[in-house]
Amino acid sequence: MKGSDVAVSALRKSFGGFEALKDVSLEIRKGEFFSLLGPSGCGKTTLLRVIAGFEDPDTGIVAIDGREVNGLPPDKRRCNTVFQNYALFPHLSVFENVAFPLRLRKVPNRLVKEQVRRHLALVQLESHAGKKPSQLSGGQKQRVAIARALINEPSVLLLDEPLSALDAKLRQHMLLELDQIHDQVGITFIYVTHDQAEALSVSDRIAVMDGGRVLQVGSPQEIYENPKSEFVARFIGDTNLFKGLVVAREGPIARVEAEGYGPLLVEANGEAPVGARVTVAVRPEKLRIASAPPPRHAEANVFRGVVEEPVYSGFQTKYLVRGSASAAGEAELAGSGPSSSLSVLRQHAQWSEGVPDIRWKDEVYLYWSARDAVVVETDARGGKPPEAEAPR
Amino acid sequence: MSAKRNYGALYAAPQGLWLLAFFAAPLAIIVAYSFMRKGLYGGVTGELSLDAYRALANPSLLAVAARTLAVSLAATALTLLIALPCGYHIARSRNQALRLFLVIVPFWTNFLVRIYAWIAILGNEGFLNDFLRALGVVADPVQFLYNQWAVVLVLVYMYLPYAILPLFSTIDKFDFTLLEAARDLGATKPQAMGRVLLPNIQGGVVTAVLFTFIPIFGAYAVPLLVGGKDSYMLGNIIADQVTKTRNWPLASAISMTVTALTGVAALAFLYRSRKPAPAPLEGQGGAS
Repeated sequence: MKGSDVAVSALRKSFGGFEALKDVSLEIRKGEFFSLLGPSGCGKTTLLRVIAGFEDPDTGIVAIDGREVNGLPPDKRRCNTVFQNYALFPHLSVFENVAFPLRLRKVPNRLVKEQVRRHLALVQLESHAGKKPSQLSGGQKQRVAIARALINEPSVLLLDEPLSALDAKLRQHMLLELDQIHDQVGITFIYVTHDQAEALSVSDRIAVMDGGRVLQVGSPQEIYENPKSEFVARFIGDTNLFKGLVVAREGPIARVEAEGYGPLLVEANGEAPVGARVTVAVRPEKLRIASAPPPRHAEANVFRGVVEEPVYSGFQTKYLVRGSASAAGEAELAGSGPSSSLSVLRQHAQWSEGVPDIRWKDEVYLYWSARDAVVVETDARGGKPPEAEAPR
Repeated sequence: MSAKRNYGALYAAPQGLWLLAFFAAPLAIIVAYSFMRKGLYGGVTGELSLDAYRALANPSLLAVAARTLAVSLAATALTLLIALPCGYHIARSRNQALRLFLVIVPFWTNFLVRIYAWIAILGNEGFLNDFLRALGVVADPVQFLYNQWAVVLVLVYMYLPYAILPLFSTIDKFDFTLLEAARDLGATKPQAMGRVLLPNIQGGVVTAVLFTFIPIFGAYAVPLLVGGKDSYMLGNIIADQVTKTRNWPLASAISMTVTALTGVAALAFLYRSRKPAPAPLEGQGGAS
């Protein structure tokens, strides 16, 4: 495997009074496509700049291939950066931009030509070698920046929101291309983004960051299906969150009395003892929507409500459903409070489901299996205020 | 009569008349005088002649011209060396307004007063000599004034703001992430400055050079007040020819030559460092 592993431990970095990194530790494996994902100001770019050598951490260690690189200037590190605004040299042609690192090392002209041509071919820009950056489109500039960052044959490529300046279609395209380049060169990619869809689609692993901390590290599936905190659940994709107390356990199934909703069944794997206060997340696409009550099932959660906001987007429709008061004899149903609402996604892959079209103001039933709900946060102290724990 | 009349000429008239009366006309007079013969008691006689231009070949005059060129080049180079880091610092600092203000403050004091201030500092009884004597570094005053070095020093001081301001404004527009990119790609700090910063602020450097070299080449007061007899520059020769020797045709001929030479030099410099014409846009949006 080419590339290097990168490890940071106990990194802290403050700018004035602002703590950009608060005790960040991460291990990135050789050849991995690793994403740092978080909202703006979460510290992801600072972390990237610390790895690149543009910022010195206040405390903590950065190691590349097991060797500490703290204090080493950027030109002495085996990593190269693709900048957010490309940072192409406006006075040099595309060819000379890509050749820049070779010119610094006084590589003979013949070799420069050969290597630049090979790297321009990698990003499919051979025919643009003579142009100035100002004559290129956004996507082309992006590719020049990638070719230039790769020509030193770094063992780690750092990408700082490289696609944020491109329009949505081109972004999709470039993302695939980046993934292919990663497969071809086989080095470690560290990719900073605030776009969860980008991170989910190309990463081997993702670190979700917020407020200068790493909240969770895992594969895209782990991050999406098993968020370990409310923030991660909310930040990655769309989600329905419930808060409540665990009132009973039957094997892996916990019965939660959710505020504003009523009883809720969750598969919890021992992480939610009776009396614990929990936050439960259910992805909108895990819910099913129907006009008639679903058949009774022991593990099923049912919610009754009125369609408040159908949002049609071609391949799917998202419904925002507001709970309506339960009729007599339906006390088992969740959704008794009119203040509660859920969002549900209905894919239009199989239009022949036989379900009549659901419209605005229709009364509907939402239901989902206990296995599709996850406990994202547990507070074992329960819902009691902290004072209650004070020793008497 | 057309419905829409072009008033451009009318709007430009005040400026045009002003330039005609106070720039073109005096220049024409100087051109005319340079081709006339010197009057017996000053002034000119009406006959046309090339005497004044022939007199330019005078070796002592050529020596002054050579010295003027050397002093101007040295002072411009020094000014640039000081102004570049200065402009860079102001552009990168958080409090640009205060620093720019400090650069401009000297303009509040009259040009001549500032030259006399230097005399007060560098003179034999000046602050610097007093200070050195108080420290016991020297016993007798050091002759700082009335030589080439004093001229260059004061010229650099005088024209520094004219170099700092255009350099600052170009460096301020420079994208500093380019320096990070250069460092990231393996450039050392000096390499990043030389290969990325300098080529991208060329416009500011050109302006700074023109703003300092041209006035320094025609300097008059500075060499007169802080220079010695051996630091005379062309400006002083011209003044002497007008006021003392009263050879107006020669003064005019020297002026014309200086104007022509600086004009040609400035144009050549501008031409050499012009931006390459942008090539037509093609292959746009080729996201294939």
